[in-house]
Amino acid sequence: MDGARSTRRIVGRVGFYLLLAIIMIYLIFPFYWAFRSSITPDNALFATPVQYFPKEPTLDNYVRVFKDGNFMRALLNSAIVAGSVTVLSLLIGAFASYALGRFRFAGRTPVLYIVLSMTMFPQIAVLGSLYKMVNSLHIYNSLWALILTYMIFTLPFTVWVLTSFFQQMPRELEEAAYVDGATPFQTFYRVLLPLTAPGLVTTGLLAFIAAWNEFLYALSFTQTPNNYTVTLAIFRFEPDTPGGFEIAWGRIMAATIIITIPLVVLTLIFQRRIIAGLTAGAVKG
Amino acid sequence: MSHATVETAKVVERRKRSALGREQTRTAWLLLLPTLAVVAVVALIPLAQTIYLSFTNDRLASAQPTEWIGLKNYRFLLEDTVFRNSIVTTVKFAVITLVFELLLGLIIALVVNSSFKGRGFTRAAMLIPWAIPTVVSARMWAWMYNDIYGVFNDLLQRLHIIDRNIAWIAEPRYSLAAICAVDIWKTTPFVALLLLAGLQVIPSDVYEAATVDGANRIQQFFRITLPLLRPAILVTLIFRTLDALRVFDVFYVMFGARRDTQTMAIYAQNNIVAFSDTGYGSAIAVAIFLIIGIFVVAYVTTLNVEAS
Repeated sequence: MDGARSTRRIVGRVGFYLLLAIIMIYLIFPFYWAFRSSITPDNALFATPVQYFPKEPTLDNYVRVFKDGNFMRALLNSAIVAGSVTVLSLLIGAFASYALGRFRFAGRTPVLYIVLSMTMFPQIAVLGSLYKMVNSLHIYNSLWALILTYMIFTLPFTVWVLTSFFQQMPRELEEAAYVDGATPFQTFYRVLLPLTAPGLVTTGLLAFIAAWNEFLYALSFTQTPNNYTVTLAIFRFEPDTPGGFEIAWGRIMAATIIITIPLVVLTLIFQRRIIAGLTAGAVKG
Repeated sequence: MSHATVETAKVVERRKRSALGREQTRTAWLLLLPTLAVVAVVALIPLAQTIYLSFTNDRLASAQPTEWIGLKNYRFLLEDTVFRNSIVTTVKFAVITLVFELLLGLIIALVVNSSFKGRGFTRAAMLIPWAIPTVVSARMWAWMYNDIYGVFNDLLQRLHIIDRNIAWIAEPRYSLAAICAVDIWKTTPFVALLLLAGLQVIPSDVYEAATVDGANRIQQFFRITLPLLRPAILVTLIFRTLDALRVFDVFYVMFGARRDTQTMAIYAQNNIVAFSDTGYGSAIAVAIFLIIGIFVVAYVTTLNVEAS
């Protein structure tokens, strides 16, 4: 009887790890395939049958991608746009979430509802108007157009998540500061903001990832390769040998890996915080 | 004397408090001002303008003046089969991906909720498909789907599931399933993490009590886990529905603006940017906004119900 139970336990354990292995292979295989394709020379890449492990791995694709001025420019553009949007959202959003998280005042609830519904706002709904606005401001085909319009999704999200961070802080903190004669602004700046630092890192990171990954507005508001962001560069990847292979898959996969690495590193380092931020933003009411 | 002093002190204190309250209200609005200004500029005013434009024949960079044409755009929209097809495509995509993402997400959440070596790493690794741009994952999959050199055709032929190479993206029979698979791969881990957060707040003594009462694992799952996970499932469901209904990137990268497989968002974008038809494009955008708005209202009210 004991033997049967332990057999069942072993079978259950093996089944569990088998399931886990399948899940991990499912999640990781596309990355492996992108990596494998990025280090495979073109003649082996465009050969059948498919090689699962490259026989003669090469970094040639990476060298070519890094030599590609447009791709490097796109990396820089994305860093500028996502960085600016993140800093602006945190700067402006921290004030608003301090007010929403710590103050009781008439109109607080409607503002919270506006912010919440804004986090679910479909970008496409205002594309036409923003397109006109971008044109009339003469910022079409510039990074300014992206920095301005990306605020539509980063700012409400930042405010929403930071508000919940501010709310979690004990009341005594401010009361002590008020007793000491601090103004609300001083209380915010000297007492609460330093304590929200983890929240700022989390929301900033999420805003950065969202801006880095954006495609619709980048596609609609920029036109020339010098203003492409990485998502657009990947989408419009041009073969560097005219008349060569129609699609330079090896180079595209190298570019894909290059774009993915910083995100993988950020994700692995800040995993817990990202999950906390996402669940605060998505699940908590 | 001392009694009076206490009274006066109380009055002064109260006055100070109400002054503080007034100052707080003023400070609060001052703090909100930059955010409200940005939200107005990038969202509220554009939304109002979109609604206005949807009643006009506005065209970008056109010499012809913009005229009010009433419901003409909307009447045209009702008869527009391309738009109707885009709704069908989008809804099909939403339903298929939601079902698989919730089902697979739940299985994965249950697996990573139990304790095993390397659990932390597994949970971190799960975030990676979510973190990379949709455009990147679409490109990765498009290459795997390649009809001649793609790994899918090779694998499936080796396993004798298919006997010829299939153009997964080009053949209408397979293209929707192919694109759903990309979204399911990218989003299931994220769904799993949301559900995992829900699983973790279920107290373990509930299971201990059930075990004492003789309930087996399957009974426990259906009687305890699933009902207690309901709020998390509900929120995930609505959250994902919104995302699925506004889907753009994955379709655009894999299919372009192909007529037979375009989503609502692609149809709107195409009308606005490629055809410069801001008037009609705005009508499409308003229609999408209304469809999604219904879900947003459901979302907000659901959350409100949960909170109270």
